Parts: sequence; C-alpha cells; structure tokens
Amino acid sequence: MAISISQNAANHVSDQLASRGHGLGIRVGVKTTGCSGMAYVLEFVDKVEVGDHVFEENGVKLVVDSKSLVYIDGTEMDFVKQGVNQGFEFKNPNAKGECGCGESFSV
Amino acid sequence: MALLQIQEPGGKTAKALHRLAVGIDLGTTNSLVAASCGGSVEILPDTDGDYLLPSIVRYREGQPALVGKEAKLGLIEDAENTLSSIKRFLGKSLTELKTQNKYLPYKFDESRSDTSPAIVTVDGVKDPVQVSADILRKLAKRAEQCLKGPLDGTVITVPAYFNDSQRQQTRDAARLAGLNVLRLLNEPTAAAVAYGLDSKDQGNIVIFDLGGGTFDVSLLSLQKGVFEVLATGGDTSLGGDDFDYVIADWVAAQLSSKTESEFTVNAQLLQIANAAKHQLSFDESVQLSFDDWSASLSREEFAKLTEKLVSKTINTCRRVLRDASLSVEDIDNIVMVGGSTRMPVVREAVAKYFNKAPLTNIDPDKVVAVGAGIQADVLIGNKPADSFLLLDVNPLSLGIETMGELVEKIIPRNTTIPVVRAQEFTTFKDGQTVMSFHVVQGERELVTDCRSLARFELRGIPPMVAGAAKIKVSFQVDADGLLSVAAQELSSGTKAEVQVKPSYGLDSGAIEQMLQDSYDNAQTDMEARSIKEAQIEARQLISAIANARSVDESLLPIDESRRIEIAVDELEAALIDAGSNQIHALIEKLNLVSGDFAARRMDLTIAEALRGESIDKVNSQ
Repeated sequence: MAISISQNAANHVSDQLASRGHGLGIRVGVKTTGCSGMAYVLEFVDKVEVGDHVFEENGVKLVVDSKSLVYIDGTEMDFVKQGVNQGFEFKNPNAKGECGCGESFSV
Repeated sequence: MALLQIQEPGGKTAKALHRLAVGIDLGTTNSLVAASCGGSVEILPDTDGDYLLPSIVRYREGQPALVGKEAKLGLIEDAENTLSSIKRFLGKSLTELKTQNKYLPYKFDESRSDTSPAIVTVDGVKDPVQVSADILRKLAKRAEQCLKGPLDGTVITVPAYFNDSQRQQTRDAARLAGLNVLRLLNEPTAAAVAYGLDSKDQGNIVIFDLGGGTFDVSLLSLQKGVFEVLATGGDTSLGGDDFDYVIADWVAAQLSSKTESEFTVNAQLLQIANAAKHQLSFDESVQLSFDDWSASLSREEFAKLTEKLVSKTINTCRRVLRDASLSVEDIDNIVMVGGSTRMPVVREAVAKYFNKAPLTNIDPDKVVAVGAGIQADVLIGNKPADSFLLLDVNPLSLGIETMGELVEKIIPRNTTIPVVRAQEFTTFKDGQTVMSFHVVQGERELVTDCRSLARFELRGIPPMVAGAAKIKVSFQVDADGLLSVAAQELSSGTKAEVQVKPSYGLDSGAIEQMLQDSYDNAQTDMEARSIKEAQIEARQLISAIANARSVDESLLPIDESRRIEIAVDELEAALIDAGSNQIHALIEKLNLVSGDFAARRMDLTIAEALRGESIDKVNSQ
C-alpha cells in the first residue's frame, strides 16, 4: 500500500516547509466530517508517530497513519491552479462519491 | 474536488499559516519578550522560568558576552566591563551623559565624546547600539526556543518621549541583532493596548509609567474601543535608578572617604541602595551595611529623601491634565506601568493626587510587553486588520500651501495614524499646466510660520480655464509616521508624489514650542489670514477689470474710465499695508464704479449671442 505525489506538488511542499523553517514532511490522512463522510487532512509533520507509514517521493516525505491509509491507498497527490485558487488535489481511486463542494468523499 | 492547503499539525479548522511575531519591551533595567500563543499573549520565560531579563551585558575577553542575570554578578566583580541601564545612553553624547549621571563606573573613549559614547571594555570599544543589540539578540533567542521557530517580525517599545535619534538607534540595534522591526511602539500606547483589550474600560485614562530610567505620563481618552491621546508628558532621565542614587548618596555621605577603586565602590553602593529600595516596598524599614558601616533606613525617611523625585512625577501629571484641559475628577483610571510604581511612596502620591487608587491588576513590569505582543501579532498578519487598534497620533497638523502663502490643513494634529485624507484643489489661472505644491507642518495660518517639509510639482495639467481643473491631493501617514503626498489631475490622470518623514529632526520640545506659538499668535494669525484672503480677492478683481478693458475699452466713457482707474489705484495701494476691512471696502467701491461697465458688457454679449435669432427660437430655448 502506498500513496504518491507529483513533482509539482512535491516542489510546493518543499517550498512551504522551507518557509515554515522546520518540519519533517507532510501528513496525509482522513477524518470523519463533512456532508459525504470523510475529509482529507493535510498537515506539516513535526513528529512521526507509532503506526505511521512514511513514503518518500520526489524529495518529500509523506506520512500516513495506518487507519487513514486504507481509505487513501493508491491516491495521487497533485498541485493545481484553478483561476485564482491553487492548492493540493487528491486523486483517490477508493472514493466512490464526493459531496457537491468537494470537501468530503465517501468510499 | 476542493483544493487543499497544508495545515499546522493539530489545527482543526482551516487556518492561515501562523507567523511568529513577538513584542519586546526593551527596558532600562529589565527587558521582556511576549508572543501570542493560542489566542492570548504570554510573556516568554527563560529556561529557569524567569520573565525579566536584566538589561545588563558583561563583556569578556575572548568569550561571548554574558547577558541578563548571568551578567548581574559582574556589576560588582567587573564593573568596568558590565554595562547596565544602557537605554539611557541611546542617542546621547558623552558630555550629556556625564552631566546627568554621577555614578558611571565605565571607562569612556574621551576622543569620541561628541558622538555616541564609546565604552572601553576588555572585548573592545562598545557603543550603546551594540550593547542594546546584544540584549535584543538574547531575547530573540529565548523567543525562538519557546516558539520553536525563527521570528518573522518584532514590535519594540520605546518611551513616548524618545526623539528621532533615540528611535533610530533602537532600530539600528534591532537590525544589528538580525530582527525585522514591524514598528516601534510607544510604551504608554502598548500599555493601553494591553488594558484596553483585556478590561474594555471607557473614559479618560492616565498611564503613569515610572520605569528604571524613564518616566512617561500619557492621558488617553477611550471611547468605544478607540483611543485618542489627549496629552503626554514626561522625562527621559527620571526613573527608579534615581531613587537608587538618592539612597547611594545618603550612604556615601555617611561613609569616610574611601581610597580603593572608585568604580567598585560606586557600583557596590548602587547595588546596596537598589536592594534597600526593593525591601522598603515590603517592610517599614531596612538595614543597610557597607564594610564596617551600618545603619537603618525607614520608609518615612526614604519618603523624605525622595520627596523631590516624587513631586516631579506629580507635577508632570498636573501639566498633562492642564494641557488636555481636564481636571482630576475627569480621570476615570490611572494605570501603573513600570517596576518603580511598586514603591509605596509613588503609589500613595499618585492615589493622593488623583484622589483614586491606581490600577495595578496587570503586573506593571509586563503590561508594556503584553501590549507590544498583541500589536506584533496583528502587524504580522495573524489577525484581521479590522481587529486593529492603532493609537498613535500625528503630533502636528500637516497641510499644503495655497494662494497667498496660506496653509490649508489636510491632516489636523492629533489625528490617529495611519490615516489617508484627500482634498481637491484647482488652478488659479487660465491655461495653467503646472502646479507647485509645498507641504508644510504646523499649527500656524501662514506658511512662513510653519515648518517646510517638501516641495514638488505636478506637470502636464491639460490647459483649462481657471478653476476648471480638478486636482486631488492626498496625504497618507503610515503606522511609522512616514508621510506620502500625492497630487493627481483627475481628467488626465497625471500624477506626482513625494515622501517625507515629518518627525525628522523634531524633538518633543520643538513640538511643544510650535504648539505654544500657535496659541500665542492665534489672533494675529487670524488677522493675517483674512488680510491675505482679501488681497487675493482684490488681485482677482483688478486682473478681471484689466482684461475687460483691454477687450471692451470702447464701451467706457472717459470720466467713467477715470473713476475706475482711481479706484484700482486706491485698491492697489491698500494691498501694501491696509487691513482686511479697508481692502474689502475698496473692493466694494471698485465693484460699484465698474458696475455700469460690466452691465454694458453683459448687454453687448447677450445682444451678440442673440443676433440673427428669431424671438420664437430664443423663447423656445
């Protein structure tokens, strides 16, 4: 089981880590919330916890806890611009449905 | 799907990246650093849990300098190389320092007495900026350890009465320490921020700030969360140190003359005096001893010794109230700031004068740093700008010169900054394409009595009749007091601007003098303005009549022409030295004698316009 990150997204992660000044990488996970059940979590990582999986690709560390990994296994993370908006996008093969706003998804 | 941003760990909701900003109270005796942590502003302690960093630096040969409590021992062991109360040295020359402080246990490089004092230490010559930078560096390091990250910005507080060179040296010290200064904040303003946000008081508040080396009184009016500074007063060389000197003097007077190193004796005396002063805040009397000498000092005796100092502070309060035209009954709260306000003699005197117990519920040592921390958090962008209370004011009016050397005030004095004000002006002559602007500062009506700040020109105004062009002049003063003036012609968009620092080279004494002059000369200024205005009106009339005559002299019979000439001559003569009433009377007279001529010209113009038109057509128009 694994997740991946595009070169473009990895560059943005590296930049943000550098401007923050500290941190090991980013944590990708899910939490229960929103209208469709699950939402992604994207945070800086200061400490790797017991049970975390660490993937390294394109120069950045992606940290996922075991519980989240089953929901997002195979997810590709990208960085996109949509008009004035820009941010990270997840392509998750496990997601069966998304709510209208795209905040949350279900499996 | 929605685009995601990377969040801080543990952050439950979407939040902008929190940038680290701290507020620093760079004090004479002690310094503190505060930062916003999870909504409230906290004073950051060192690894031992102490909040106050003694503003003391001890320089050592071949080793890094000791700062804070590690340096304190050096005051006795190594007085020459241990520098304290260095804030008093900022922006001053050695000569000034020596007249103000009797006990200076340092070696100075006398050859540099005209400039910044140069203190000779084992680690080389140090100036006050370097020493202050060492203190700031220590505080920044403490903050970075507490907050676990590099600092993005700092707000540093300075006494309200610091002049430009003292402020500049504080900035220089910060730069030397590698800090990004968001702004310098006046200490009473910072105290008001701390109290205003926490206690939501309303009314008139006196901030009584007696620190280690500086004294400030500020009178603030608080209405619906917005502060206005009504008046300030103070003394850059009065503080807790002076109370120490009084006790040291008292001890020295009772000692037989000592022959050992004078530096050590002075420093030791000061330390004994300081300890005794602190003890007297808790006990009714204290025992002092020095070598084989010993005596006791009671609170009552101490009050007597320091009576002059205390009454100095009360006199300042009195002056500040008078400046704001308020009486003691109008004051709702007195906020005590600075460690020296712990002295019962001070608290009692303040309570007695204001007939009200002063507020002391925020630690008087911490209140300024807390306010600075709040401001730092806002300025770095962690809080929305509308939750922003900005409390500094523009000390003198800023304006522009108009026709006849008159001053049009654009930003009146005591306006809170930052501020933007704009006003429209127009051209004075037909076809005028250039307009020159003269930016002035002051309260007087005539340009010659104000301070000239800058001149600039707006070129490329499209030619139009006088009064048709619209030129928008905007004045903007930013949070640091920097003034930008821009002039823009609205139809073509042509623009010119200039930036100045209005406070450059102005100290509080000069500001007070300018204010006083404006009060003393209010009457003559008003007369001068009305004369100038009458002169402008007269000149416009004379020039209009000259124009008319050059076009339609044929409409003017000789005797009438003669009468007009006489009236013009009289008016021109009056322009030299007559009062405004006389000028107005002569303007009336000229209007009267030229009235028939104007009427005939009007008839002629109408007749020309109507020639060849049928009555029907004119009626239907």
